[in-house]
Amino acid sequence: MKINVNYDLCEANAICMAVAPEVFEVRDDDNLYLLMDEPPEELRPKMEEAVRRCPKQALEIEG
Amino acid sequence: MKPVVVVGASLAGMSAVQSMRSGGYGGPVVVLDASPEMPSDRPPLSKQVLAGEWDLDRAALPMARNLAELDVDLRLGLSAVGLDPDSLELSLSDGSMISAGGIVVATGSVARRIPGEVPSGVFVLRTGADALALRDELDRGPDRVLVIGAGFIGAEVAATCRGRGLEVTMVEAAEVPLQRVLPTDMGSFVADLHRNNGVDVRLGVGLDSFLADENGAVRGVALTDGSEIAAQVVVVGIGAVPDVSWLEGSGLELLPPQEGGGIRCDESLRAAPKVLAAGDCASWPNGSFNGERMRVEQWESALEQGTHAGKQMLCEIGAGQDPGPFCTVPWFWSDQYDAKIQMAGRAGPGDEVHVVDGSVSEGRFVALFKRGGECRAALGVNRPRLAIRARMKLAETLAWDSMLELFEP
Repeated sequence: MKINVNYDLCEANAICMAVAPEVFEVRDDDNLYLLMDEPPEELRPKMEEAVRRCPKQALEIEG
Repeated sequence: MKPVVVVGASLAGMSAVQSMRSGGYGGPVVVLDASPEMPSDRPPLSKQVLAGEWDLDRAALPMARNLAELDVDLRLGLSAVGLDPDSLELSLSDGSMISAGGIVVATGSVARRIPGEVPSGVFVLRTGADALALRDELDRGPDRVLVIGAGFIGAEVAATCRGRGLEVTMVEAAEVPLQRVLPTDMGSFVADLHRNNGVDVRLGVGLDSFLADENGAVRGVALTDGSEIAAQVVVVGIGAVPDVSWLEGSGLELLPPQEGGGIRCDESLRAAPKVLAAGDCASWPNGSFNGERMRVEQWESALEQGTHAGKQMLCEIGAGQDPGPFCTVPWFWSDQYDAKIQMAGRAGPGDEVHVVDGSVSEGRFVALFKRGGECRAALGVNRPRLAIRARMKLAETLAWDSMLELFEP
């Protein structure tokens, strides 16, 4: 499973960070950073939730 | 096997369905909605859809994209008109009945309207159809759009219309915008934000009457201060009321408006055994705020309550574990111009406001709302990282000192 961020759409609202701080981090520069590109399978429900909650539809799960 | 019936196919209702399926429930699920079309996700309606950046399909609810997988008997254009909590029977608008194994009430709320006849060209914005109708009118390039009400919908419509290059007047009867959720000085920030972006903001003044031409089309409004404003499009954003009148006399307890309105639920969102409520229509004692009774009209809350109601339903019908009480920190965001406004918790009129990061004048700050030894809410403007961290902290504890630690250098 791979997480893709469409940085043209992402506005760093940090909603994903509330869902899964171990994967998503919005830093002081107000940009979103992925702490892992390929999260382990047990994080899939959280990744799906992050995708669902993103107000800009900027997240996608591949695989 | 009798179905679980979910009344309402918006975010709360569909989250309940998703949650039951994720919890392993394989039994029948019926979803009813009064709307003839699958309801849209609402946040993009006043933003991307109205701006013309997204078509309505893109604003579909995430769960609406995998209806087949959710295996629901979806009945659109059909509403529930009565509910018997003892027999678990629902009466429907077409005269039929459904006997349910459990019921999730997620009828949400409806836009509050100005009573009486209104001219054409006066809009509310609640549904996808509302957004398209208003967008069509904006596409014609009116000389001025008048927005009545500076709550979320009004403020976002004003911002989106300015983004489209339209002239906008926003009228609010209260002294500040977003008065219901923000204390006065923070509301002033929002008024300034709109003024700086070219909106004619009129505060402390209400609508007296609509002005219409001989064809019944709106041409402006008269205000309570005696002034008149010419506008070809008027958007009414004066709030929403929970859609629960169909439950009057059902035996479920409905709260009066002065107690926040909605269906009285317990801490697990139970209105009665095997009858749950979720979303805008549910009032429940929130364990995250010392059991304070709340009814929250926010996207995130609808999703979380629906998810909880799904789990609780499985417990009620003996198909899952007790998920425990539903506790949450209310949370909203609103995009207006270049300001990302995010708020966690619930501020009250008497709260002390402390700006703990940035400054209001630079339009980048975090403000905390203190009551006694507690932090009750955090407001972030263009500080998403800190706003989210403050929200996570509130979910852990309301203790003021713990919150302050987050903001120490």
